[in-house]
Amino acid sequence: MSEQTLSQRTRPLLLHGIRPYGTGDPVDILVRDGMIAELGTGLDGTGAEVLDMGGLVVLPGLVDLHVHLREPGREDAETIDTGSAAAALGGYTAVFAMANTDPVADTAVIVEHVHRRGREVGLVDVHPVGAVTVGLRGERLAELGGMACSRAAVRVFSDDGVCVHDPLLMRRALEYTRGLGGVVAQHAEDPRLTAGAQAHDGEIAARLGLAGWPAAAEESVVARDCLLARDAAAALHVCHVSTAGTVAVLRWAKERGIQVSAEVTPHHLLLTDERLVGFDPINKVNPPLRTAADTEALRAALAEGTVDCVATDHAPHAAQDKDCEWSAARPGMLGLQTALSVVVATMVRPGLLDWRGVARVMSERPARIGGAGDQGRPIAVGEPATLVLVDPDGTWTVRGAQLASLAGNTPYEGMELPGQVVATLLRGQVTVEDGQVRG
Amino acid sequence: MRHLLSTAGLERAAALALLDTADRLKQALLGREVHKLPTLRGRTVVTLFYENSTRTRASFEIAGKWMSADVVNISAGGSSVAKGESLRDTARTLAAMGADCVVVRHPASGAAHRMAGWVSTHVVNAGDGAHEHPTQALLDAATLRDRLGHLDGRSVTIVGDVVHSRVARSNMHLLTTLGARVHLVAPPTLLPTGVHRWPVTVGHDLDAALPGTDAVMMLRVQAERMHGGFFPSAREYSIRYGLSEARLGLLPEHAVVLHPGPMLRGMEIAHSVADSPRAAITEQVRNGVHVRMAVLYHLLAAQEDQP
Amino acid sequence: MSSRTGTGAAGEAGPPQQHELLSAADVARTVARMAHQIIERTAPEPLVLLGIPTRGVPLAHRLAARIREFGGTVAGVGTLDVTLYRDDLRRRPPRPLETTELPEGGLDEVLVVLVDDVLYSGRTVRAALDAVREYGRPRAVQLAVLVDRGHRELPIRADYVGKNLPTSRDEEIGVLLTETDAADAVVIRRRSR
Repeated sequence: MSEQTLSQRTRPLLLHGIRPYGTGDPVDILVRDGMIAELGTGLDGTGAEVLDMGGLVVLPGLVDLHVHLREPGREDAETIDTGSAAAALGGYTAVFAMANTDPVADTAVIVEHVHRRGREVGLVDVHPVGAVTVGLRGERLAELGGMACSRAAVRVFSDDGVCVHDPLLMRRALEYTRGLGGVVAQHAEDPRLTAGAQAHDGEIAARLGLAGWPAAAEESVVARDCLLARDAAAALHVCHVSTAGTVAVLRWAKERGIQVSAEVTPHHLLLTDERLVGFDPINKVNPPLRTAADTEALRAALAEGTVDCVATDHAPHAAQDKDCEWSAARPGMLGLQTALSVVVATMVRPGLLDWRGVARVMSERPARIGGAGDQGRPIAVGEPATLVLVDPDGTWTVRGAQLASLAGNTPYEGMELPGQVVATLLRGQVTVEDGQVRG
Repeated sequence: MRHLLSTAGLERAAALALLDTADRLKQALLGREVHKLPTLRGRTVVTLFYENSTRTRASFEIAGKWMSADVVNISAGGSSVAKGESLRDTARTLAAMGADCVVVRHPASGAAHRMAGWVSTHVVNAGDGAHEHPTQALLDAATLRDRLGHLDGRSVTIVGDVVHSRVARSNMHLLTTLGARVHLVAPPTLLPTGVHRWPVTVGHDLDAALPGTDAVMMLRVQAERMHGGFFPSAREYSIRYGLSEARLGLLPEHAVVLHPGPMLRGMEIAHSVADSPRAAITEQVRNGVHVRMAVLYHLLAAQEDQP
Repeated sequence: MSSRTGTGAAGEAGPPQQHELLSAADVARTVARMAHQIIERTAPEPLVLLGIPTRGVPLAHRLAARIREFGGTVAGVGTLDVTLYRDDLRRRPPRPLETTELPEGGLDEVLVVLVDDVLYSGRTVRAALDAVREYGRPRAVQLAVLVDRGHRELPIRADYVGKNLPTSRDEEIGVLLTETDAADAVVIRRRSR
C-alpha cells in the first residue's frame, strides 16, 4: 500500500542468530532490496553487513493504530520527527496519527501534509487518520472521500479526543466509510455522562473528591455503535477499551458476527485508579485508569482476541500541562517507547500471551484493521524486511527525560520494565540499532 | 507537622493536640480586651483564595493577626492569576517573597497536596474542591466537644450534599478518628460512589435518623444541583431533607445542630432552627478562630520538621 | 530551667543518678518559711498568687494555704501559662499549652506574686512578665521560687527564695510534689543528654 522508501540499503544485511516469534532454534535472515531474501541456518554473509543478534526474538515490525504526533499545532509537545523516533525505538514500523491536531486533519491538504512529513523523516510509516466530522465538532461529516483518495490514502477515520455522540451522524459515518473500504474508530464517551469528570467513577475518586467518569459512559456508546455497525454492515473499531463491561459488549457483538474490532492501551493493562492517591496528573488520562478487575478483564480479552490489539494512544503533553493541579492538567500519557515492555510485563511474563501472540496483537491485527498491507506480514522469504528484534530477558529503567519524545509525561518514571528493543528495520533499512536511532 | 492538608492523614494524637491547643488559646484570650499573643511575631502568613469566601478567609486572617503574624490576603481573580499565572507559579512566587505559610483554597481537589510538593513553605488546606477542609472539621469537633463533653461513642449525623462536600469528607475522617459514629443521610444522587465501604452508616430517611443522634450537621445545598438532576426542586429537597422546626423536636434534648455556613435558610435549615439555642453555629465560627490559631501555632511556632 | 521533666523519683528506667537534697519535711518547712517572709514584706496588702505551670501551680496553692493560715490576705490564686511568650519555641516540636486561669478580681492594681518551682536562666520569668502585662497592670509584681539554682542569663532575681542550691550546668534540679509526683522532695541529678 505505501510506497517504497527512497533510501534503501544497497548492501545486503545478514541478521545472524534470531528466533522468529521467539520459537525454535536461532536462524539467520538475509535482507536484500528491502525484502527477506533468505531464511535459514548457516546463511552465507559474503558481501553483506552482518549483525550478530545472539538469539534475540524477531517479530514483524509493530503497528500502532493510535498515536498523537501533535504536528501540526503542538510542536512544543511532540513533532513527527520526535514521535517517529520514539516509535522506532519502541519497535514500531508504522503508526496511525490521530486527527485532533491544530488545524484538525479533516481535509486532504492536512492529511497529505502529515503523510509527507512522515516520509521525510523516514523512520516509520506514518498513516494519517482522518477526522470523521469537520473540526471534530460532531456536526457534519468531513470529506472522508477526499482524504481516502489523497496521497495519504486514509482508511481509518476518527474524531478521537471526542466522541461522535450523535447516533444519526455515527450511523452515516459508518455507512459512508463502508463505501470507501475504511473503518470508523470511535472514542466512546457519552459527553453528558462525563461532563466535568476527572477520574474513574469508583471508590477512590469518590473519597478524593474527584468527579467520577462512569464506565457506562463508554459501554453505552460501544453497545450503540455495535448495533449501528450491524445495521450498516460496516466496520467499527473501538479505541482504548477500558472497562470489563465494554469487553462483555464486544464479546456479545462478535458472537453475532458484527464487524467490530477493538484496541487496548498498555497503561490500561497495567495501571489502576490506585494511582490517583497523591493527585499526580501524570496518571490523568482519557479514558481514565479503572480498577484492578478491569485490568484483569482486559488482559484476558486481549489474550483471547475479544480485544484485537494493543494501541498506545501515545499522548505527549508539555510539562506545564501536567505539572499543575489535577483538574487543570491535560489527560494523556506517553506510550510508544514503553508499549512492548508493558505488554511483556502484563501479558508475556504471566503466561497470557506468547511471542506469537505479541506479534498478533501488536503487529498483524493492527495492520489488517488499519489497512497497512505491507505491515504485519509473516516472517518468511519474499516478505518485506519490516522487523523488530527484541531481547526478551533484558530490562531497562524508564526515565522520561531520556525518552525520544519531546514531552516526558510517562507514568512509568523510575520503573524497571522487562523486554528491550534492540533493533528495528523498515523495509530493510535499520532505523534503530543497539537501542539508538539510525538513519 | 509540616502541613495541614487533610484530616484523613491526621492521627488521633495529633488531632487531640490541635483541639487542646485551641481550647487553651480560647482560655488564654478570655476576658481580655487586647486579643494579641506575641508567639508568631515576624512570621508571614499568606491566604491564597481561588474561591470566594469571606468567612473562612477572615477567620484565618484574624487567627494569624491575633498571634501577631503578618497576614497578607490574596484573592485570585485579581492581577496575575487572572492573567493566567499557574497555581504552581503563584505558590513559588509567594514562597520566594518570604511567606512562611500559605493558606490555600482552590476549586481543584488535590490542589493543596500539589502545592505542598512545589514549595517549602508550610501549607494549610482551606478547602480543595470536593476533597477536604480540615480546619472546618476541627472547629466542628471542637464545638461538639464543648457541647457534648467528648466525642467517643457519640453519634453524629451528616445531612445533605455529601458527594460534593469537602466538609463531609473531612468530618467523616476526623470524627471517626476521634471515636464518634458517623451516619450520612442524603438522597442516593447526593451520595458518593462506594460510600457503603466508608466507615459510616448511610440512610435516606432523615426522620428515622434524628431521635438516636447526638449531633446533626446540615450541609449546604447549592440550588445549581437541581440542574444536574440531583433532586427535582428546592421544595422537595427542603421537605425531605431540611431541618424543620418539627424535625428539631425529634432530636434528643442534648443534641447539637451544626452548619458549616453560609446557610440557605428555608432550604436545608429552617429559619427558627438556625436561631434556636440548640444550634451551635456562632460557636462554630468562634471556635474557628481558635482552631486556626492552634493550627498556625503547631505549624509555625515550633522547630521546623525536616521535609 | 525548672525541672519539668521530673516524674516520680523511682519511675525512670536507667536513671541518671539522683540525690535527694530536700526531704518532704524540708519542703514543708521551706514553704512555711516562705509564707512567713511573704507576709512580713507585703502585709496588709492582699496578694494574688499566680503559679507558673506545671509545679508552680500546686506550690502557689500551698503557699496560699500557708499564708492564710498565718494570717495573711490572699485575694486569689491563679495559673499563668507562659508558653506563648517563650523565646525558645522554635527549638523544639510544638509545646502543648497549659491553662491560664486568673482570679475574679483580675490583676489591675493588685500585688501579684509569681510562683515557680525552680529559678534558673530567668527566661521563664521574663515570659511570665510579658504574659502578666497582657492581662492587666498590677501594682507590683514579685517572684517566689522554691529553689534558686543560679546561672541567670537575664537580670532577674527572686523576691522570695526557699533554698539557694548552687549547681553546675551539667546538673538538673528536680522538684517533686505530691500533686504531680509520688512524693515531696527536691533532688539533683546529672543531665541525661
